[in-house]
Amino acid sequence: MSHAIGIPVAAPHATTSNSAGRVMATVMAALAPATLFGFWLYGWPAVYLWFITVGSAMLGEAFCLRLQGRQATPVLLDGSAVLTGWLLAVSLPPWAPWWIGVFGGLFATVLGKQVFGGLGQNLFNPAMVARVALLISFPVQMTAWVAPLPLFSAGAPGLIDGLRITLNGMPAGYDAVASASLLGFTKTELSRGIDLLASLLQAPVPGWYGSHPGSLGETAAWLIAAGGIAMMALRIITWHIPLTMLAGIAVPAAILHAVDPARYLDAGTHILSGGAMLGAFFIATDYVTSPNTPRGQLIFGAGCGLLTWIIRTFAGYPEGVAFAVLLMNSLTPIIDSYVKPRIYGRDRKGAALEPGK
Amino acid sequence: MSSSNYKTIVKDGLWDNNGVFSMLLGMCPAMAMTTSATNGFGMGLATAVVMAASSLLVAVFRKLITPEVRIPVYILIVAAMVTLVDLAMNAWMHELYKVLGLFIPLIVSNCLPLARLEAFAAKQPVLPSFLDGLFMGLGFTIALTAIGAVREITGNGTLFADASLLLGPAFKAIELRVLPADMGVLMMILPPGGFLVTGLLVVVKRMLDLRAGKEIQMGGAHSVA
Repeated sequence: MSHAIGIPVAAPHATTSNSAGRVMATVMAALAPATLFGFWLYGWPAVYLWFITVGSAMLGEAFCLRLQGRQATPVLLDGSAVLTGWLLAVSLPPWAPWWIGVFGGLFATVLGKQVFGGLGQNLFNPAMVARVALLISFPVQMTAWVAPLPLFSAGAPGLIDGLRITLNGMPAGYDAVASASLLGFTKTELSRGIDLLASLLQAPVPGWYGSHPGSLGETAAWLIAAGGIAMMALRIITWHIPLTMLAGIAVPAAILHAVDPARYLDAGTHILSGGAMLGAFFIATDYVTSPNTPRGQLIFGAGCGLLTWIIRTFAGYPEGVAFAVLLMNSLTPIIDSYVKPRIYGRDRKGAALEPGK
Repeated sequence: MSSSNYKTIVKDGLWDNNGVFSMLLGMCPAMAMTTSATNGFGMGLATAVVMAASSLLVAVFRKLITPEVRIPVYILIVAAMVTLVDLAMNAWMHELYKVLGLFIPLIVSNCLPLARLEAFAAKQPVLPSFLDGLFMGLGFTIALTAIGAVREITGNGTLFADASLLLGPAFKAIELRVLPADMGVLMMILPPGGFLVTGLLVVVKRMLDLRAGKEIQMGGAHSVA
């Protein structure tokens, strides 16, 4: 927006160089290592799915902007649609069929974001809205995990085979690699009456570098955490939400694991599996859908973590990050209205401070 | 009353001032009972019968009903009509009643009949009131059937499944399978689908009205474009 000379411009007069586009680009750079590692772990189908999902998200955004009679290119260039599609893609099963990516990408930007009025207006995190919509609508495809088959390793689908998997679904020949995630596996075994001490012996062992079944970008927990810490160092996010969210998962998990290790998973497994890291560093920290004040963010993060743990432990779904983040998103306006920063020169209740005191 | 006024009543009820898509009234059955086109159609028809009958009765007694007690009287009249429809459906459309049964008594608390009684039947002669109730009810039926049809096709892949339960075995032919089984988007027949489809159909109606160059009739919301 340009201002004519001579008309006073409203504050703030001095701004940092931060723009939506720069923030989005930094977040993408922080997410890139984990994503590239995911590409290597899960091979070409994951690469295709990523491109399809990001492309669909951008298409949905452009379509809505056209409907509004706005220029699509400048808005697309701020990168928020790309990032939404990217976050959705890394939360999908890596070998999901193409229409999962198309449906999810369009759902995220059209119904998760643009119907609310676009960037900054949406109540819920668009990527998680789309992920939950997909999980509820297509439970079979959304829980079809595969064991990692690193690129160029023996048995991994090549360039063309990978395309076939993305377009036609998983062929019969690859049935051997279909597998359950650790959280899903233990949940199923618990419901069959087999306790954790027994089932963990046969569970897919979570490799320390992420070589276990899971979403495209979630298994490389350490790379995600490293990206998150880099974002903190660059002051894109603060420590409040990630730390309290991980603590919200770890503290109840540790306490109940100490009480009954046969029923409750330990804190380390909880934090390193599923979307805990991705959720804590990249999803719950979304500026638009999280509280504005540090104290509000502490409440928000702790709520996300606690709800994640409760859903994982007691609810029907093995993974609960997306649900937890969406539930806390809906509480963000309430948190923001109760937890307000003190106004300069006034006390917490808003009464003017006596001068000289 | 001239015939053009009757035409307005019919057009308002069916489209221009549609209970669901323009006034956004009666949202509870519009969401809860539209998991299939047949359910929406049955619920809409039951509501239409109740609305026509209660509008007629309120218009007949409008000079006797004092303003102070009008709401309780309206509720009693609507409740009596709902009870009649409830018993009749239980007797003659028992299969459908088993599906809709829980929601038929709730027509009493549907805001659309009350809104029409208060806004129209309390002030107008008998025949226009009856027509207003009937066509508002039929507009409601169209809306619920449309929402139900979209949700059923996208969510389940069928259209008018179980229509023969409602309309008799002759209508077995309109029970269609649009998509192959297991192709549906399950969310659409779950509660979120009700909100999504209703919202999108409101958009579609407004776009059609805008294209036709009509004044948008919706609670003071004017388009900015």
